Amino acid sequence: MQYLSEEKVVHLEKVANDIRVSIIEMLIEAGSGHTAGPLDMADIFALLYFNVLKHDPARPDWDERDRLVLSAGHICPVLYAAMAHAGYFPVSELMTLRKFGTRLQGHPHREALPGLETTSGPLGSGLSQAVGMAIAERMDNPYTSKFIYCITGDGEWNEGQMWEAAMLAGKEQLHNLVVIIDRNGIQIDGYTKDVMPLESLRDKLEAFNFDVQEVDGHNLRMVNDAIGKAQSVYGKPSVIIAHTIAAKGVDVFERDFRWHGNPPGKGPEDRVVKSEQASSALAKLRTLGGTIIPSDS
Amino acid sequence: MFVAHLDKKITTAKVDMIPSRNGYGEGLLQAGEEQVNIVALCCDLTESTRTHLFAEAFPERFVQVGIAEQNMASVASGMAAMGKVPFIASYAMFSPGRCWEQIRTTIAYNNANVKIIGAHAGISVGPDGATHQAIEDMAIMRVVPNMIVIAPADSVETKKAVLAAAAHSGPVYIRIGREKTPVVTTNSSPFVIGKAMLCAQREERHASTVGIISTGTLLHTALVAAKTLNAAGIGVSVLHMPTIKPLDTVALDAFAADHERLVTIEEHQIVGGLGSAVCEYLAGTTPMSVTRIGINDVFGQSGEPEELLAYYGLDSDSIIDRIKQLITI
Repeated sequence: MQYLSEEKVVHLEKVANDIRVSIIEMLIEAGSGHTAGPLDMADIFALLYFNVLKHDPARPDWDERDRLVLSAGHICPVLYAAMAHAGYFPVSELMTLRKFGTRLQGHPHREALPGLETTSGPLGSGLSQAVGMAIAERMDNPYTSKFIYCITGDGEWNEGQMWEAAMLAGKEQLHNLVVIIDRNGIQIDGYTKDVMPLESLRDKLEAFNFDVQEVDGHNLRMVNDAIGKAQSVYGKPSVIIAHTIAAKGVDVFERDFRWHGNPPGKGPEDRVVKSEQASSALAKLRTLGGTIIPSDS
Repeated sequence: MFVAHLDKKITTAKVDMIPSRNGYGEGLLQAGEEQVNIVALCCDLTESTRTHLFAEAFPERFVQVGIAEQNMASVASGMAAMGKVPFIASYAMFSPGRCWEQIRTTIAYNNANVKIIGAHAGISVGPDGATHQAIEDMAIMRVVPNMIVIAPADSVETKKAVLAAAAHSGPVYIRIGREKTPVVTTNSSPFVIGKAMLCAQREERHASTVGIISTGTLLHTALVAAKTLNAAGIGVSVLHMPTIKPLDTVALDAFAADHERLVTIEEHQIVGGLGSAVCEYLAGTTPMSVTRIGINDVFGQSGEPEELLAYYGLDSDSIIDRIKQLITI
């Protein structure tokens, strides 16, 4: 990973915008899937795949690669879109999401697509797998520079298994583990503070022996710096609580938990209206309110 | 069909009594010596599951996960993704009992090279009571794609099963028991995943013929019953099926053809285990009378192992009576 120059930030913002466009397009085409999480994690995935990860899309099984474990499997549209734009597979294949015979299963399946590190969807088990990877890596290379990144949702921390995994990560002092929590404040049934309050997440994770940082999940430079600091932490695992705006990028979807599990065009309200919303969302995304010229124009 | 090479003492009072879990400890240690990528995980039951032999020999390759079976299953999946061959052990009631979804999604669906050891399986756990008596574990593992399911007869066969699992690429479930049970097989007895073993052949002179198919530590009970029944004029053979999945259908076909009726015995619910597997196969090929002996849709209770086995009809006397009744029907 490298320091973010002004030019690099602008480039990554454009990449994130391309990823958001792809997310909306693939969800409209699929007719089902999750909207909010993928949109609000687009900035972080752009940063990971285009500045942070040590990886090679031409060699997805390269042994020295960092591992990115998506624990919150339901936000896979952002993972697939980031991978496609990074060159793992053609961007056109994104339109096969959730369709019969696709490599882009509704929730990611490791055996289906090179470059996926795990199978996920049932919440709570990705962190355990990342912990297992970090332990195994350290067995072989005590001074490893290979990092295991684990992306979780915030509602996902309702699962008891997350805390089992966190306890083990703290016990094992896994400084090669970097967890990023998408703290968008929503889950399917409502706001996380109503469904199952998580706060103080920072205090809880510190008590589990994590180094905890909190960042604006849409501020690329801030997230990049936090990942850099997490890499330098010794003797404990790191977690970055990324505060995000649910469905960031499409103002009519933002902060509304009803967009957690619905695709554009098949919304919680009238279907025709939503269909119009989908195309208007796409138009708004393409220009980000007129501030960005889409890369395909 | 294999030649069984059973211990000559098996139906005498001199038979060796060793818990099958000892075979896990010894097998894991040997596998660890032979393969550097083997690692072991345990949930606060290290000595009880006999994982301690490995943990003491290879502390750097052992992970104490604490009382957290769901985490253990998925941590093992992650370690397998990095090239390790994890063996995870707990009581069968907790793993696979508690962590079925983690095993299904993060181990079996990925065909992760994880070996799952379910200790203290069966009703013979005894005084701990129904909460700790795993009599549904084979059913929930057998239904999962990619999963191999093994119930060894004794400690000697358990050790062989562990070594075979270590050499096999992909998920394997092995159920083992708590109590000391008769050592029936010998170092010369063959063990191959997916292969059954003919352990007793009926006497040709008898008109009525019954084939007993057993799995797990009830092999010894089956052999005792067969010996008595052959002496009483009923031709009884015993086919030992340590591998429930994949089923040895070649051996099953031959065994079914050689007997008028079959009886399956297992320390497990009669739904979903060996008896079900046999019936499912035969229903589609050569339908015949199959009597499933096992736990009949009830939970267990506290008691001494032999008391419980007798109460639930799984001791040799009960099996002898049951088979005699079948013949007179």
